[in-house]
Amino acid sequence: MDKIIIKMRKDVSDKIIAICKNFNNDPVELINVLHQTQDFLGYLPAEAQELIAEQLHIPTAKVYGVVSFYSFFTMTPKGKYPISVCLGTACYVRGAEKVLDAFKKELNLEVGQTTPDGLFSLTCLRCVGACGLAPVAMVGDKVYGRLTPDKVKGIVDEYRNME
Amino acid sequence: MDTVKLTIDNREVEVPRGTTILKAAQSIGINIPTLCHFEVDNLGIHNKPGACRICVVEVVGRRNLAPACVTECMPDMIVRTNSMRVINARRTVLELILSDHPNDCLQCAKNGNCELQKLAIRLGVRENPYNGEEHAQSTYQLEVSPSIIRDMNKCVMCRRCETMCNQMQTVGALSAIERGFPAVISTAFNQHLELSPCTFCGQCVAVCPVGALTEVDHTSKVIRAITDEKKTTVVQVAPAVRVALGEEFGMKPGSIVTGKLTAALKALGFDYVFDTDWSADLTIMEEGTELIGRLTKFLAGDKSVHLPILTSCCPAWVNFFEHQFPDMEDLPSTAKSPQQMFGAIAKSYFAEKIGVKREDMVCVSVMPCLAKKYECGRDEFKVNGNPDVDYSISTRELARLIKMANIDFNSLPEEKFDSPLGESTGAGVIFGTTGGVIEAAVRTAYEVITKKPLPKIDFEELRGLEGVRSATIDVDGLKLNIGIAHGLHNARKLLEDIKAGRSHFHAIEIMACPGGCIDGGGQPLHHGNQEIIKARWEAIYRADREMPIRKSHENPSIQAIYKEFLGEPCGHKSHELLHTNYFDKQTTVVVDVEK
Repeated sequence: MDKIIIKMRKDVSDKIIAICKNFNNDPVELINVLHQTQDFLGYLPAEAQELIAEQLHIPTAKVYGVVSFYSFFTMTPKGKYPISVCLGTACYVRGAEKVLDAFKKELNLEVGQTTPDGLFSLTCLRCVGACGLAPVAMVGDKVYGRLTPDKVKGIVDEYRNME
Repeated sequence: MDTVKLTIDNREVEVPRGTTILKAAQSIGINIPTLCHFEVDNLGIHNKPGACRICVVEVVGRRNLAPACVTECMPDMIVRTNSMRVINARRTVLELILSDHPNDCLQCAKNGNCELQKLAIRLGVRENPYNGEEHAQSTYQLEVSPSIIRDMNKCVMCRRCETMCNQMQTVGALSAIERGFPAVISTAFNQHLELSPCTFCGQCVAVCPVGALTEVDHTSKVIRAITDEKKTTVVQVAPAVRVALGEEFGMKPGSIVTGKLTAALKALGFDYVFDTDWSADLTIMEEGTELIGRLTKFLAGDKSVHLPILTSCCPAWVNFFEHQFPDMEDLPSTAKSPQQMFGAIAKSYFAEKIGVKREDMVCVSVMPCLAKKYECGRDEFKVNGNPDVDYSISTRELARLIKMANIDFNSLPEEKFDSPLGESTGAGVIFGTTGGVIEAAVRTAYEVITKKPLPKIDFEELRGLEGVRSATIDVDGLKLNIGIAHGLHNARKLLEDIKAGRSHFHAIEIMACPGGCIDGGGQPLHHGNQEIIKARWEAIYRADREMPIRKSHENPSIQAIYKEFLGEPCGHKSHELLHTNYFDKQTTVVVDVEK
């Protein structure tokens, strides 16, 4: 087997190297490095994990072990409009699961996936602190409250129409 | 010594402070069952993540049951290892592990040698109340690499392999991935092992308690070759096999079974039964000559020559530096390993001698090693696609072949290896353990350099099981600094010293497996029993002492092959057949300038 070479754009690799450096390239800071990298890229592609492993002098397998363990980290790029449905207790008892199912059906997506056109991605989260509005979903930074399954199509269309 | 007194199952025991309940109990003959726990003190292997909870015990005054493997003994502790509460908890833990484990024991490669199976027997599991939903069980695809088969659905998350791969070997191919039912030990991105920095040392396989990690089994291919009348089969046996194979047939660890082993191979139907010890002697002639040449030039001030010379017999070690230290490629000896030297000679010199075409000869090796399977498949060891060594089988696979062929190993008469590739010396046999290769090289180098007989053949200062050892050998006034490392984490230390310019060694011997080949990834499983390692180690040196000739250059068959075929060590023909080169296999991240 030959040498494995991973290619990456210079602005991306510079940024990741800078993030690692901010944490003194200390392997103990792996989770923080991953958080900031995901904030920057929206997800954690294999190339980024390879580079982080190299920078922190730890095996790539260890980095991937952490990425695959925590559900917050994702290796799938987020959509332009990331949708997060709250499944916290208050939302759940007020029917969040049915809302989630409606999003899945409307977008033809499973949780953790992104639509082929790259517009929408679907995730779940636990409590955004708006339990009074339960059930709640977020699209990007915008919060939608008192949701029912029949309101889902309207929300999605709102963004489709912006394209 | 600071000690603590405690009571375990109504028996008083006094142990040094810091001792775990598990070890304290063992010291008075109470064997608490374990699964994830794996320790081999004399090799420095410690895996005690406290993960499986099989070893729980009751400590009076504590609310929860305590895992014995990681709980330290405290003064006046009262421990119960067999109360009803403990037994019930232990069985529940086992039932939960079994609920995420396939039930195909009859077809499993570990059938009869599985620690989980033994636990189920010991704890009397008769049914499983926790039939996890089928889709909840992990569904990983079986993966076959040149050396290792990974069946991650059988993984019990004991993390032994992860400890071996990361702490002992510092290879970093394996890590725990995912969580919940899909949690297993795997590679980065769950990719194929061949895309990882894996060295195929097989230490993960050697410690796996279940059938999650096993060797690629070539026994059927070997049987097919033997029964194919058009093929001439030639087999070679590595030194460490003869001090371990007996264990598979109920013999005492450390039994030397060279004679029976030879008889068994003949009974299996191999046409020629030869010895890798022979090509170990050949390795010494080549590697030793290379060492002397490099040393002479180095001492004469030749700046183009770099020292130390590193041994290159161990294929996992070769993989390790190709992956992790490719910039040091000029340091290892270019000599091929004994397995590959044997193959190259068998399919040239020997094939010619008996008038058999290369394509009609099948060369099989019996090795204590799994990396040898990978090594014999490397492209540079093939001629027109035909490999010098066709199949490499492990000590365990040979035992399987012998059992399959209805051969009563214990009652076999002792037989001798065939001639000429079966004549060997004590120097060849000590290749089987850490320190042996360099001792064999020194025995020859001393006499070649000084042209005087060695005052003493045994170099006790090079022997032992400490991870890193060093010695200075006085070669008639020339002080030869020798380093030895086994276990790749120890090799890494010596390599980093070289990189930093801190190394004063002229020559370093490296073996990937802790203990060397005696504890190779293909040996009978020792399940953490360090007495077995020690017995094999002693047996290697006993086998050396029993040999009439103990220096490679005195092997008459080696002298003959140089005379009639090879010419001189490191000569033209030797370079063609017995030397190799190395490749850069490091994974590197580079900036893509095109985008």
